Amino acid sequence: MAETTQTAGEAAQAAAESGSAFPPFDASTFPSQLLWLAITFGLLYYLMSRFIAPRIGGIIEDRRDRVANDLAEAERLKTETDEAIAAYEQALAEAKAKAHGIAQDTRDKINADLEAKRAEVDAELAEKTQAAEARIDEVRAAAMAEVGTIAGDAAEAVVTKIIGSAKRADIDKAVSTALDGR
Amino acid sequence: MANDPIQQFQIVEIFSFGEIGGMEFAMTNSSVFMIAAVAVISGFLMGATRGRTLVPTRAQSVAELLYSFIANTVRSTTGTEGMKFFPFIFTLFLFVLTCNLLGMFPYFFTVTSHLVVTFALAMAVMTMVLVVGFARHGVRFLELFVPHGVPKPILPFITLIEVISFLSRPISLSLRLFGNMLAGHIVLKVFAGFVVTMGAAGVVGAVGGVLPFAMTVILTAFEFLIAGLQAFVFTVLTCVYLNDALHPHH
Repeated sequence: MAETTQTAGEAAQAAAESGSAFPPFDASTFPSQLLWLAITFGLLYYLMSRFIAPRIGGIIEDRRDRVANDLAEAERLKTETDEAIAAYEQALAEAKAKAHGIAQDTRDKINADLEAKRAEVDAELAEKTQAAEARIDEVRAAAMAEVGTIAGDAAEAVVTKIIGSAKRADIDKAVSTALDGR
Repeated sequence: MANDPIQQFQIVEIFSFGEIGGMEFAMTNSSVFMIAAVAVISGFLMGATRGRTLVPTRAQSVAELLYSFIANTVRSTTGTEGMKFFPFIFTLFLFVLTCNLLGMFPYFFTVTSHLVVTFALAMAVMTMVLVVGFARHGVRFLELFVPHGVPKPILPFITLIEVISFLSRPISLSLRLFGNMLAGHIVLKVFAGFVVTMGAAGVVGAVGGVLPFAMTVILTAFEFLIAGLQAFVFTVLTCVYLNDALHPHH
């Protein structure tokens, strides 16, 4: 309680010194406050509009521009990369097609070559076979031609052994008949 | 005496420049803190952005954040035309904010706890609104007071209310900031005073003094919130009033 009265008393004393009960309503201080407010606020506004705001605004704008530029550059590079990839893929496809063609050509050529050689060999073989067959036929014909003579000789010898003599003409005739009858 | 909650608002004359027309102009503690606010703001912002680095330093990001914050507020409230007034609004915001926050230091004077200062700032805003409004729209700026789509019989009353509302703007704008700063500092001082008073009253008082001490701590945090919030409210309302001047047809 004593504190309160003391406080109140000192407030009154302070108020008495300044000429008003409450400092914010002490009109004698208004001119100074307004003057200094005008000076300081004006100065700050001047600094702000001339230096500070343009600088910070510039920094932010620079960054935005830089980011936008970088993004555009990245976009451009990406397009370039895509183009390069497309070109590469096209070249690869072309090369593949070409390689395929070359392989096909080679295969065809080899096949043709092989076919030709095989035909040649076949022809040669056929020729040889034919010759051999002809020879066989010839030999067989010759052999067949001898058969009658041999048979006649054998029959003549047999007949001579049995009856002491033989007529060659009759024997040949008999052999020829036997051969034909077979 | 330190226990007087009003004493902190006392303007103390440091030296006088003399009287002009019966008005005394002097360098006072208030002037010192106004100058300090300007020094802190310009010093910090210029220092923080000296590097102009693409990837901002910590201080530079704070400066950029403050800038973007107010720039976005201005743009969203008044549109792109309002950006012409951005330096003024940014100055206003930083000045009020810094004066509020400087006042949070013990023994520091709170410039914005004086009605004459906040009223002068509010009048500067209203003057700007009137000048811009009449410069851009001429007499048609007065259509601000005549809302569209109001039935004819009650239009005069609405207009009267609009005029009164417009005229009360500088008062409400300045009183809000002044009242918040004044009341906050008084309450803070009163509770802090309780700690000392109770501590002097013996052991029981010293133990009981923990309560007002805790209250002081809480109120200090609350006052920091108020300091930022009131600066922002002042700025947003300035933008809203400026928007009226730019687009009076609502």
